Amino acid sequence: MIDMRKIRKVYSTGRIEVEALRGIDLIIGENEFVAVMGPSGSGKSTLMNLIGCLDTPSSGEYFLEGQKVESLSPNELAEIRNKKVGFVFQNFNLLPYATAFENVEVPLIFGGVASRKRRKRAMEFLDRVGLGDRADHKPAELSGGEMQRVAIARALVNQPRLVLADEPTGNLDTGSGKEIINLFEELGKQGHTVVVITHDHGIAERTHRIIKLRDGMIVDGNGSG
Amino acid sequence: MQVVMYISQFLRDMRSQKLRTLLTLFGIIWGTAAVVLLMAIGKGIHAENQRQMHGLGEGIVILWGGRTSQPFEGFGKGRRIPLREEDAHLLKREIREMWGVSPEYSRWSTHMKYKDNAVTQNMVGIYPIFGEMRNIIPEMGGRFINRIDLEQKKRVVFIGDQLKKDLFGEEEAIGKYIIIDNVPFLVVGVLKEKEQDSSYSGRDENKAFVPASTFAAMYGYRYVNDMIFKPTDPRQTELVKEKVYQVLGKKYKFDPADKEALSMWDTTEMAKFLTYFFLAFRIFLVAIGTATLIVGGIGVSNIMHVVVEERTKEVGIKMSLGAKKAHVLLQFIFETFVITFVGGTVGFLFSVGVIKLFPVFGLEEYLGTPQITYTTALIAVGILGLVGLISGYFPARRAANLNPVQALKL
Ligand SMILES: Nc1ncnc2c1ncn2[C@@H]1O[C@H](COP(=O)(O)OP(=O)(O)OP(=O)(O)O)[C@@H](O)[C@H]1O
Ligand SMILES: [Mg+2]
Repeated sequence: MIDMRKIRKVYSTGRIEVEALRGIDLIIGENEFVAVMGPSGSGKSTLMNLIGCLDTPSSGEYFLEGQKVESLSPNELAEIRNKKVGFVFQNFNLLPYATAFENVEVPLIFGGVASRKRRKRAMEFLDRVGLGDRADHKPAELSGGEMQRVAIARALVNQPRLVLADEPTGNLDTGSGKEIINLFEELGKQGHTVVVITHDHGIAERTHRIIKLRDGMIVDGNGSG
Repeated sequence: MQVVMYISQFLRDMRSQKLRTLLTLFGIIWGTAAVVLLMAIGKGIHAENQRQMHGLGEGIVILWGGRTSQPFEGFGKGRRIPLREEDAHLLKREIREMWGVSPEYSRWSTHMKYKDNAVTQNMVGIYPIFGEMRNIIPEMGGRFINRIDLEQKKRVVFIGDQLKKDLFGEEEAIGKYIIIDNVPFLVVGVLKEKEQDSSYSGRDENKAFVPASTFAAMYGYRYVNDMIFKPTDPRQTELVKEKVYQVLGKKYKFDPADKEALSMWDTTEMAKFLTYFFLAFRIFLVAIGTATLIVGGIGVSNIMHVVVEERTKEVGIKMSLGAKKAHVLLQFIFETFVITFVGGTVGFLFSVGVIKLFPVFGLEEYLGTPQITYTTALIAVGILGLVGLISGYFPARRAANLNPVQALKL
């Protein structure tokens, strides 16, 4: 599913250059449920953004389902983000003025799904995360856990093979966090490849494999799951 | 399909941005309405003025006999110079640049009667060309005095529209006889109603026009009241006026430099003044209009700019969910288009409404009827829309060119 070779990512802000990733070799197979752990600033988010094609590496090679990502055009990358990857952010990143239902619809709109099918599918996925009765609520009218569930429904609505979550429970209390992780676990069982960044060992224990990062390098967990 | 998608997205975004949408709309409405109204009123004033000038006749000079102010070739000063009908022929013959001359006999208290209706009005004796010079247009079914009338001293009369009403009421006048100072005259034409603001001897609507020959024979006048003439080229008016002094000075023995020997009213001077006046007025309006558009444009552009900056995160979210660059840009262009279209339409309709209401203000007499020019409206809306588009397009493109992570972090 994911095959990264010698991936480096350098941020240059003015004069200072930060090497966020320093040669990552990483293979994640189909149907794996993987946790990424590491101290703050170790490059977890950077790695996740590269995996999800939200950003491009400074050097190295990345194959996603055998496709060489570096050689893709911006539009092809947009297609991948739309169809192959579902991304869940720590801060949800919902459109504030749109209802829960409309938020879930967005990827379907960019995927060109016809309106009737789109509405049906958006509703179905809201139901799946248990928010069918909150469809008309705006993000501001939802709890943190509910917002994250909307974000998950949105990430899943195009049925991507790969689901990525960057500290999905970071802004949630333990109770809501647990529900969210249950959802991811279920997704893993349903055949999605799931990668979750977390600081929570309890959560990490429930995954198949824990990848540990430190200073932009993988220090543990790159062996066989 | 695509379109419906964009519309639904757009409406959704509008909801999120009520204030800026309203502000942008207001900017465009105000800009459009202000420019359209300004131009409409300007055009109305000009047209009204031209129409009134038209009533008197364009480019004509009215000539009266005067009184000498200098002794000349043995004659003392203060001698009266009355004009005769044949002077018209003389002027036409001697001055190459002369397009037409008509004498005008005039009799103020002329009794006119039809059945039981009697009025006392001004009657003038003229040449056919008088009608052309003075824009005297007959109503359907009638005609002005013609050459045969003149040559055969026919007892025919052309009457002003008000005079026709006074004598005939609603009755048909053409082909009927009216009694003018006890002599029957055949009515051959009625003046088509016209606007006439300036006059030198009462308005045409109240007058009766007969052939100069008939007039002279009937009353035995030796002198005409005045003459009107028109140069072939309005730019040669000064030259022609000069030549009139020379020709008549030679005949009546006065110094051509003695301006008081004749008196002239050169309507082209007024026309010239008005042309410059309206040119200045136009420039003024265009300046105000441009200023309005600039202010409106700056408003629109600021709002659009702020919007895109504010919405970079939103662009990032959408791109992370699979939006392509084209999606982001198209949505933006579509938004600008809809706002411009709605704003422009509302602004235009508002202007139309104001102009419909215009008679309520009772200013028509001075300002005329404002006339909307669609091109003005289109240009105004177009400029504002373009400003909005440009000021929004480039920031939007910048946002769309970022990768999603960068856009999300901004
Ligand atoms: N846009 C950026 N510009 C410059 N430096 C950046 C940028 N994004 C991240 N970095 C730097 O790269 C390094 C890795 O950041 P990253 O966000 O991947 O860490 P992280 O492991 O996700 O940390 P956390 O657990 O706090 O989320 C950090 O030193 C960070 O300061
Ligand atoms: Mg992070």
